[in-house]
Amino acid sequence: MEKALFIIIAVIAVAAALNVLIQRNPLYSALSLIGTMAALSVLYVMLRAQFIAAVQIVVYAGAILVLFIFVIMLLNAPKQQLQIDKQKGLRYLAIPLAGLLLAEAFYVVWRVQDIAMPVVKEGEEAVGTTWSVGVALFTHYLLPFQVAGVLLLMALIGAVVLARREGDK
Amino acid sequence: MVPLSWYLGLSALLFTIGAMGVFIKRNTITIFLCIELMLNGVNLTLVALSGFFGDVSGQLFVFMVIAVAAAEAAVGLAIIISIFRNRESLNVDDADTLKL
Repeated sequence: MEKALFIIIAVIAVAAALNVLIQRNPLYSALSLIGTMAALSVLYVMLRAQFIAAVQIVVYAGAILVLFIFVIMLLNAPKQQLQIDKQKGLRYLAIPLAGLLLAEAFYVVWRVQDIAMPVVKEGEEAVGTTWSVGVALFTHYLLPFQVAGVLLLMALIGAVVLARREGDK
Repeated sequence: MVPLSWYLGLSALLFTIGAMGVFIKRNTITIFLCIELMLNGVNLTLVALSGFFGDVSGQLFVFMVIAVAAAEAAVGLAIIISIFRNRESLNVDDADTLKL
C-alpha cells in the first residue's frame, strides 16, 4: 500500500521534473516545478517530517517559485527561440553524461544497506514534529539559525541594490 | 514499508534531471529552476536519512538549505533582471563578457 503510494508520487515528481526541461516557456517550467515540490512534500510526510513538508509548501512553492513567476512575468521576454550558438556538441554530450552520473548514484544507492525505519514514538517526542525541530533549532543549532537570519538580511539588501536602476535615488 | 534505497534512488534521479537541465537549457531562468530541482533532490536524501536514523539533524539541515535557497533565489533573480536590462536577452550565451 505504502509502496504503491510511493510509486505514484515518484512518477508524478519525475514527470513534473522532466516537464521542466521539455517546456520552452520558462513560465510553464516554473509551474511544473511546483508539481515536483508538492510531490516531494507528500514524500516528506511519508518520512514523518511533517514540519519540513509544511515548510516545503509554504516557502518553496509559496515564496520562492512565486518570486520566479513574478520575475518571468516582469521581464516578459520576447518568445525568442533560444538556440545554442556556441558549442553545440555540449547538448549531445549532456545525456550520456547524465546517464553516467545516474549510474554512479544508483551504484552507491545499490550498495546502501537497507535499514528499518525506527518505531514511531507517539506524542510530541517523535522526530520531525514542529516540537522536536523547534527544540533542536533553538538549543543545539541556535548559532546556524542566527547566521541564516543574517544571510537572509544580506540577500534582501543585495537584491535591492542589484535590481535597482542606475541613477535611482 | 518503503525501503530507504527507493528514496535515495528517486533523489538521485531528480538531481540528475536538474544537472542535465543545466547543460541543455539556454534560458537563464530555466537553468535557475534546474538548480532548485537539484537542491530538492538533495533535500529528499537528507530527509530520508533523517527519518530512517531517527535523528532530527538532517531536517534542520534541510531547513537551512531552504533558507539559503530563498536567499539565492532573491539575489540570483536580481542579477537576472540586471543582465536583462543591459542586454535585452535571457540567453546565457549573451552574458559572456568575462570569457576570454
